Amino acid sequence: MAGNIKKKFSGGLGQLTIPVIAIALLVIFNLIRDPSFFSVGLSHNNDGNIVLAGNLISIINGASELAVLAMGMTLVTAACGGQDISVGAAAAIAGSVFVKVLKTSPDISGGKVLLAFICACIVAMLFGTFNGTLVAVFKIQPMIATLILYTCGRSIAYWINGGATPTISSPIISAIGSFIPGIPIPTPVLIVVAMAIVFKLVFKFTSLELLTQSVGINGSAARLNGINSTFIKLLSFIILGVCVAVSGSIGVSRLGLINHETLLLDIEMDTILAVAIGGNNLGGGKFKISGSIIGAYVIQMLTITLYAMKVSSTDVKAYKAIVIILLVVIGSPVVKEKFGKFVSKLLDNRSKASLKGAQ
Amino acid sequence: MRKFKALLMSGVLALSLVLTACGSGGSGNSGNSGGDGLIKVGVINNPPSESGYREANVKDMEAVFSEANGYELKTFYSIKNDEQLQAAQGFITEGVDYLLISAAETTGWDEVLKKAKEAGIKVFLFDRMIDVDESLYEAAVVSDMAKEGETAVQWLLSQNLSEYNVIHIQGAMGSDAQIGRTGALDAQFNSGAMNCVVQQTATWDEAEAKKIVESVINSGADFNVIYAENDGMAKGAVAALDEAGITHGVNGKVIVMGFDCNRWALRELLAGNWNYDGQCSPFQAQIISDIIQGKTTVDSKIIINEEKGFDAATLTQADIDTYGLGE
Repeated sequence: MAGNIKKKFSGGLGQLTIPVIAIALLVIFNLIRDPSFFSVGLSHNNDGNIVLAGNLISIINGASELAVLAMGMTLVTAACGGQDISVGAAAAIAGSVFVKVLKTSPDISGGKVLLAFICACIVAMLFGTFNGTLVAVFKIQPMIATLILYTCGRSIAYWINGGATPTISSPIISAIGSFIPGIPIPTPVLIVVAMAIVFKLVFKFTSLELLTQSVGINGSAARLNGINSTFIKLLSFIILGVCVAVSGSIGVSRLGLINHETLLLDIEMDTILAVAIGGNNLGGGKFKISGSIIGAYVIQMLTITLYAMKVSSTDVKAYKAIVIILLVVIGSPVVKEKFGKFVSKLLDNRSKASLKGAQ
Repeated sequence: MRKFKALLMSGVLALSLVLTACGSGGSGNSGNSGGDGLIKVGVINNPPSESGYREANVKDMEAVFSEANGYELKTFYSIKNDEQLQAAQGFITEGVDYLLISAAETTGWDEVLKKAKEAGIKVFLFDRMIDVDESLYEAAVVSDMAKEGETAVQWLLSQNLSEYNVIHIQGAMGSDAQIGRTGALDAQFNSGAMNCVVQQTATWDEAEAKKIVESVINSGADFNVIYAENDGMAKGAVAALDEAGITHGVNGKVIVMGFDCNRWALRELLAGNWNYDGQCSPFQAQIISDIIQGKTTVDSKIIINEEKGFDAATLTQADIDTYGLGE
């Protein structure tokens, strides 16, 4: 085990270097600014449950929707070499369907919530198929293809419920959106963990990861090797659809309300950023979902840090942009290469020195 | 190319101006008595999907200007000013008796309103003002957003708290509602009567409001008032309080204030979870109808719609049914 870790470190973290460095820097910055920033405490919420509370929990909890979307987006990015910019709008649609089904009758049971979620999944997967068909079959640039749904998605979400902000209140919904009685960890966090495990298992027991990478690196070569690249691309969009339904449902459950205009607003940009910060090549090919998840937490930690510093939320975006430019530049191949050369030079000198010492 | 386009456009505009002026000039005297004795009203509004406010506004218009009340209603909904202008043009050509406008933008309406005047069509503005000369419209029934904020702040002062530590969650910066609802509270912060714990915009986003309140709770700062500039953000704020185990509402530690008076929000008031909800009234149709039918006379061109504010202590189910928006 120790040898394993050592090997990993001597070879660097690879793709994960940038996100891990970013998160480490943010942690150090916060600890210097306010040593108690990450303190986590137990408190009673208004339902009488004992729950975890603190900035760290806020960060991990608040990033849940983003993390789930980032997982799906990584797959689409890897397979298609482009991004889906309609995830926010699609999540509004999925959330609306979720609410619509729940509101068919006043009583809300566990089975009905499940049914509502399945309906939301199906609708989101259909829209994913629509996007995927445009990209995989008609070979339209992903950003252009998904621009359609990006533009009209929130109007569609409005049509589904007809009202501006339908609300639902039920102990089951608040259990999904905040805490299950008796469990001090926010439920959205548990959902993220579950999704990550599902992805891990799928990659372990199928060759989806390999197929996606080969399609992303060179679609025609993959096809010549008998891989149905159209299907793989389509599949990536459908999987993203599931992620969209999950995050849309979490978003709705948090407050028991859907506002089709503001639900997960502008999340598509944060999602793409999470994928980029995760060290994934936005042009497709090799990918690491864990990187994107860390990327999502980096973005959320940045936001919460800025809030804690009482930066005006209108300025938050500007500060975020500065940090992200730095991260992306540091992660760029040019800087990496220069840095790599510098490090190897350093190591060379040191080994020479140690050789001298041995003599 | 651009110049040519502009030239062409202005040409078309001028031509249509002449044509409509001639057309309505001919049918002008048959104006007030429509085919079957109904008063023809053309309403240009923003689409109901814009907000709960707009939804109630559109429904109210449709209810008041119904055939049963002696009206023939034509409607056009768009958030784009140029589309609204075209529709107004169309209504003038069709020969409506009254034109009711809630414009998407305050500028660009001069020509159309002049034409309406020439055609003998009376214009009412509702909800939003337009930058034109007063002589071009009969009356403007508008909301005074600043007064709405003032009403809410006066209510808050009347609670006689020993100290006011306020979390102020703002709407999208620069919107009328945000400016009006912020102004009165800002005055209190500046005078020192209230202490601003944090003032942040959540751009009407419920989830963002929750994050803002969470960050205040995590920082350990003390607060006893949440002033959210709409209901959704108030709900987000309350979700953060609930998770942190902070009591709120009537007899709670924190006073919760929202705006818009959605029915679900008023029900929160009735249950004692929130304390106050202010409303920018979307009900202008009856006032306009009364003026059209001569039931009320207009003293001033600008009529300020009465704004309501509800206190959880005095709210009744009847208020919810009458004044609540949406469901």
